[in-house]
Formats: sequence, structure tokens, C-alpha cells
Amino acid sequence: METVAKPLETRTLTVSMGPQHPATHGVLRLVLELDGETVVECTPHVGYLHRGIEKLSEHRTYLQIIPLTDRLDYISSMSNNIGYCLAVEKLLGIEAPERAKFIRTMAGEMSRISSHLLWLATHALDIGAMTVFLYTFRERETILGLFERLCGARLTVSYPRIGGVRNDIPDQDWLDELKSFTDEFPGRIKEYETLINQNRIWIKRTKGIGVIGREEAINRGLSGATLRGSGIDYDVRKYMPYDAYDQVEFEVPVGKEGDVYDRYRCRMIELEQSNRIIRQCIDKMPSGPILAEEMKYILPAKEDVLSDMEHLIHHFVLVAEGPKAPVGELYVSTEVPKGELGFYIVSDGTGKPYRMHVRSPSFVHASVLGRLSKGHMVADVIANIGTIDIVLGECDR
Amino acid sequence: MGSLEIAEEIKKTFPDEVIGFTEFRGQVTVSLSKDRIVDICRYLHDSPDMSFDYPTDLCAVDNLGRGRTRFEVIYNLYSTKYRHRIILKAQVPESDPVIDSVTLIWSGMNWHERETYDMFGITFKGHPDMRRILMPEDWEGNPLRKDYPLKGPEKEWRGYRNVKEKSRSFREFQWKQ
Repeated sequence: METVAKPLETRTLTVSMGPQHPATHGVLRLVLELDGETVVECTPHVGYLHRGIEKLSEHRTYLQIIPLTDRLDYISSMSNNIGYCLAVEKLLGIEAPERAKFIRTMAGEMSRISSHLLWLATHALDIGAMTVFLYTFRERETILGLFERLCGARLTVSYPRIGGVRNDIPDQDWLDELKSFTDEFPGRIKEYETLINQNRIWIKRTKGIGVIGREEAINRGLSGATLRGSGIDYDVRKYMPYDAYDQVEFEVPVGKEGDVYDRYRCRMIELEQSNRIIRQCIDKMPSGPILAEEMKYILPAKEDVLSDMEHLIHHFVLVAEGPKAPVGELYVSTEVPKGELGFYIVSDGTGKPYRMHVRSPSFVHASVLGRLSKGHMVADVIANIGTIDIVLGECDR
Repeated sequence: MGSLEIAEEIKKTFPDEVIGFTEFRGQVTVSLSKDRIVDICRYLHDSPDMSFDYPTDLCAVDNLGRGRTRFEVIYNLYSTKYRHRIILKAQVPESDPVIDSVTLIWSGMNWHERETYDMFGITFKGHPDMRRILMPEDWEGNPLRKDYPLKGPEKEWRGYRNVKEKSRSFREFQWKQ
């Protein structure tokens, strides 16, 4: 008898990762086609968290949509609220008073810090650096505590209003506490960096992974630090300034290689810059009203409603029918922690938007996941999910 | 270049395609017929004066009962070189809800077009992967159309019965035989 050694048969293996997987940051499902440990094809499936926010907002007044925007990117709801309020303000042709602008800029940057801290924590945790998580959550807790004292909520804040903010800063203590936070935060960033910046495992897991070139990053419509990691200087805060961003100084960090490590560096520098912006906002904080006085569009103060007939009528009409926006359509974008969040609003002259489209950065970023992961190991898929910084609530809307 | 100049330039280059343009709060929207949308986009992307390299957004609007063309596909383009923006609006009639895909120009439009297909039932000709994206694949109807009710149709999703029966059959499983 003679035995002939048959060559072993090999074939690709299809693995479904998610929708319930701790490293997918929500409910994202990836269908991976694997050749051994190498990813041949990666197809993302989204939509598990689709709640129809765009459809819902066609049936809500402009005032009622603010809490819906909380649920887009639920870890930086402050930024979403600000983005939406700015869009409606531009549609109505009103402007928030100076003090409200500074408060919003400050709150937006606090939200950026808390979002980036969560990103750093989970991204590092996914790759295997567990300790960072414990450190970043300490600082995140301080910010969420400040949010709670500012508006009563930690996550779904609904603090900004069309034409300003809901209430003023509670007291001087609050500002002092924020100020002491900004004093110590740069040192904290150093702490995180000591843990991972020079860490050999971290560098091996991030350098040269998920590289996306300059032209391709633009062509795919990436935004935020995911775009800037590839060396493109594009920041809505800098080039289409809103709120008080034209009155504060900050730098826009850009990367070079466009890999996971560069995007990590960009976000770390953004943390420092956000801290710098908050600091300037505290120093420059002007006094004055916090809500624009525009009877036609903005809810009057509660004391006035209870004591004056005229205000009561306005209040009633605004709550029942919503502010009657002029006919038109416009797109307003803001820089949220994840990237460029845009609201495209079509108004037909009633108190409800005829159509509201949300251009969410996570949706665009999730679409490049397949391209980033191709040719890498399965474990690098996790690093890629972390680096594009997606929140599925915003992706699916 | 200012947005109005860009609109004028598009009108000069494609006189038969441009229906008109409007300005609202400093933003210019150019209305187009849908037939040569790829040519127009290719021109906006390639022309050195325009250089619209960044696909910000793509969505659609349903104009049911407003006395206009039923659908409008909105292209929101930006240039990272000149930092200018233009919004294009292509008219898509209800009788023929098909428009050419621009994914070959900006690959970032891929998912936006899929979403528009999913939500409005507008097909993008030449799209490499025209599937639903947010709704389940066997979903009936297009949720963002104006004639689609907010609370959803009365009848339940077809797959629901299968799932229910499956879970019932699991419950009846005899552990001790």
C-alpha cells in the first residue's frame, strides 16, 4: 500500500462579529471573511439602533427636538444639543447673547474632554491596556459631576436652548471647581501618556495599522480627528467658527501617517487644546443675559409668564405650535468630538421642520471600517473600531 | 470663489441642466435636473477652480403634496482647498425614482446613497452595493416618505412570525426523553 500525501484543503472562514460584542462599542455587526487570521473582507452591518429620529423630528416642534438630539451621540449629548440649536438659530435668523456663547463653548469643550476620555479608555482597553480606563474615568467623573450641578443631568443634558442656554452657571464655586480641574488636567494627560505613549505593546498594536492616505480620507468624507490623523487641516471650529470659537485661541493638531497611532496622538493633543479653550472661556466670561430676547421665537422667562398676560400668550403659542421658522433650507455643521455633525433642515414655514437630516460622523466613519481592516489581523479590527471612534446611536439615528 | 459665483459658473457650463438657484442665509442651493448629475459632479470635483473634494452629505427630501417634483436628492459638497460649499438639488420624479450614482467620484457617498435608497426608495444607478442599510432587508416601505405613517403600518413585520414560532418551539423542547 502506498499513501499519497494529499495537500490540505484550505478555505476562507466567515465569522460574524457582533451585534453583541463588547469591543464593537454598541450594536455593530461585522461579517469577517478570514483567511487564517487575516481579514480578507470585512462588511459592517449597521441599523440595530435605528430609532427613526429623523422621522420623529418631522412630527415634533423645534423646541421638542432638543431631547431627541441627546440620543444621537449619547456620550457627548451637550455637543449635539449645541449643534442642533445653532442650526435652528441660523434658520430663525437669531443669535445667542455673548455670555451664552461662552457658556456653550465651554460646555461643548467639557463634553469633548469627557467623550475623548471615554474613547481613550475603551480604545486602550480593547487593545489590552486596561489601567488607562481607571485613570480616565476619574477625570470623566469630575466633568459629569460638573454637568450635573450645571443642569441636573449627567448624560442626556438638554442644556442648550434655541437662542442660548437653559440656565446660568450655578455659582462661583462651580467656576472655581472647573478652573481647578483645568489646572490639574494637563498633568493628568501626562499620566495617561506615561502609561501608553512609549509602551512597546501599544506602539506595536497601533503603528502602521489602519492606514488611510490623505486623498482617500478626504474622498471618503471622514471628519474630526479621524480625518486630521491623515494630515488634513480641517476643523469646523477653525474654518466655520460658531459660538465663541473665533474669540479663543487653539491649535488644530494634524497627524502624518494616518494610522491608529497618529489618530491617537491627534486626540490626545485635542484634549490639551480643549482644556486651553475652557480656561480662556472662564477668564473671558462676559456678563449679561443667557437667552436671546426674541418674543417671536424664544420662550419667555417663567416669572414673566406667571405675571404678564402678553408673555403668557407667547408662551402658549410657542409651546403649542412651535416657533414659526421662515421658509428655507440650510445646512449647519459643528465640530463634535466624533467629527463633523451637520443638520440639514428644510422649513416650510410651520413650527415643525418639514425634513431634518442629520449628517452624523459615526455613520461615515463606520463605512470605512471594511477598508481599514482589510489585510490586517482579526485583533486589529478591534483597534480599527476604536480608532474611528464611533457611537452607534449616532450612526443609526 | 463665493457660492453665488460658483452657482453662476455651473449655470454657464451646464445651461440646460440648471433649473435655478436660491440663496438662504448665505447658502446657495442649485436646482438641477437629474440626467447629467454625474457630469456636473465630475466637473465640480475635477475643475481646478472648484475642487469640491469633500463629500459632506447626501440626503433626499420628499415633496409629497407641495406641488413640486416628488423627490429631491441633495448633494452637499465642500472644498478643503478653497473652503467653499455648494448644495445641489437634483429633481427626481415619482414615476421614475432613479438617479445616477456619484460613488465613483466620492466613495464617501456610498453609504449615504444606500441610506437614501432605504429611506426613500430612490435607486442609484451604478452603485456597487445597492442594499438597505438601516432597516431590515425584508422591510416593506420606505420610512422617510411622507406617505409612510409615523406609527408604522398596521400589519406586523413578516419575519416576526418566524421568530415567534421559533421561540415557541424552543420552549416545547423536551429535556428528558
